[in-house]
Amino acid sequence: MARRTPLFDAHRALGARLVEFAGWEMPLSYRGAAEEHRAVRERCGLFDVSHMGEIELRGPAAAAVCQELTVNDVRRLRIGDGQYTVFCNERGGVLDDLIVFHLGPERYLLVVNAANTAADYAWVRAHAGERAEVVDRSAELALLALQGPEAELALRTLTALDLTGLRPFAALEGSVAGVRTLVSRTGYTGEDGFELLVAASDAPPLWEAVLEATRRRDGLPAGLGARDTLRLEAGLPLCGTDMDETTTPLEAGLAWTVKLDKGDFVGRAVLAEQAARGVTRRLVGLELAEPGIPRHGYPVWRDGAAVGTVTSGTRSPTLGTYIGLAYVSADTAVPGTPVAVGIRGRRVPARVVARPFYRRMRREE
Amino acid sequence: MEFPDDLRYTKDHEWLRREGNEGVVGITDFAQDALGDVVFVELPAVGATLAPGQVFGVVESNKTVSDLFAPVSGRVIAVNQVLRDQPEHVNVDPYGAGWMIRLALGRTEEVDALLDAAGYRAHIAREQGK
Repeated sequence: MARRTPLFDAHRALGARLVEFAGWEMPLSYRGAAEEHRAVRERCGLFDVSHMGEIELRGPAAAAVCQELTVNDVRRLRIGDGQYTVFCNERGGVLDDLIVFHLGPERYLLVVNAANTAADYAWVRAHAGERAEVVDRSAELALLALQGPEAELALRTLTALDLTGLRPFAALEGSVAGVRTLVSRTGYTGEDGFELLVAASDAPPLWEAVLEATRRRDGLPAGLGARDTLRLEAGLPLCGTDMDETTTPLEAGLAWTVKLDKGDFVGRAVLAEQAARGVTRRLVGLELAEPGIPRHGYPVWRDGAAVGTVTSGTRSPTLGTYIGLAYVSADTAVPGTPVAVGIRGRRVPARVVARPFYRRMRREE
Repeated sequence: MEFPDDLRYTKDHEWLRREGNEGVVGITDFAQDALGDVVFVELPAVGATLAPGQVFGVVESNKTVSDLFAPVSGRVIAVNQVLRDQPEHVNVDPYGAGWMIRLALGRTEEVDALLDAAGYRAHIAREQGK
């Protein structure tokens, strides 16, 4: 039996089409994924992402445990800061990607993927041993994501928190629509936006209030369908699909998260060696020259030789082009390189392109 | 959901509209709804000859890839080229702008053997009851 978030009844009342994802019964779409995608790109959209896991570390060694388990450098975080990072295994393979928030003195919160929450919790506990208290808070917390260029305008109507001053990946705790919320400037859509972490019991009234503010800006509730095409246009890899234990963060284009000089961490030896030698394959963007959907597992060809494999693909709702992510040999991973994607026995011409496929207009800083 | 009375249907969720010795084929409202947003439609070349039940193309949503089956025998005399760049017509107007192929019918009596709207509704009800 699939698990349900505290907002399940709200989704059903909205007529959501539901889908099982990572053991959860989640909204795939409400009015249509394409329309929801457009709302997020042009105005704003509200997602329930309560299936994501939250693991808290407490104690004097909490920072040290985070530092040993993640590839990024948690010492750079001040209280209230968040950071995108990766858990690797000893072979440098990706176990999960996550955001670490430095909640308070000796307190860190790890927001992890739903499919990996149980394994991550066991991994962190085993590694922490007696050194830090590790708590799986996933069941007691809900997570909403309000995303889009008008997300700040929408959220501003519900809170006195200084949203304009909130930097990317930073978090603020305060009242939103009368509900105690941890608001972070984070998301998975390539747009500006916020994620709202709340007690599960407070999630329904907060959802209603934020949804109303979203609708006042002609925004929409949005499901996992739109979330997937949005993240793909933004070139953001999906853990379990675009990277896993057999791929390293260096291969997945996440070298910017790997701080080899920060001291030892799980996977460092392999990653340092790979960084020194150079990777043999890279995750790149592909754009097809004619209509077709590159799907997970489809082969990539170059001059008649197999050079890689597709991991994700879609028709870009914003650009109207057919795009995908694929691991290809390092010498192929150069923007402009002509390749072909094998689709049902046919070789559809494509070329390697820079990620992201879509980049938002940044507000004036 | 709409299932016009002037169309014939297959158990694989295609529809056929007979126009004299020709037949226009697409997928039903039920099929497009089950697929979700259609992102790609692959259609045969004009001139291709189809047997009943033969795969004539593919329709893809982000969720899934589905084969398209010829409801009856015939020769493809036109395909909806608009779907190449605007596959969303399949969702928005499955019986109109979302049409897929036009056939010169091989044996018109095959059309009579297809489900009518009531029969198709009953078929869907049975499938959903499973």
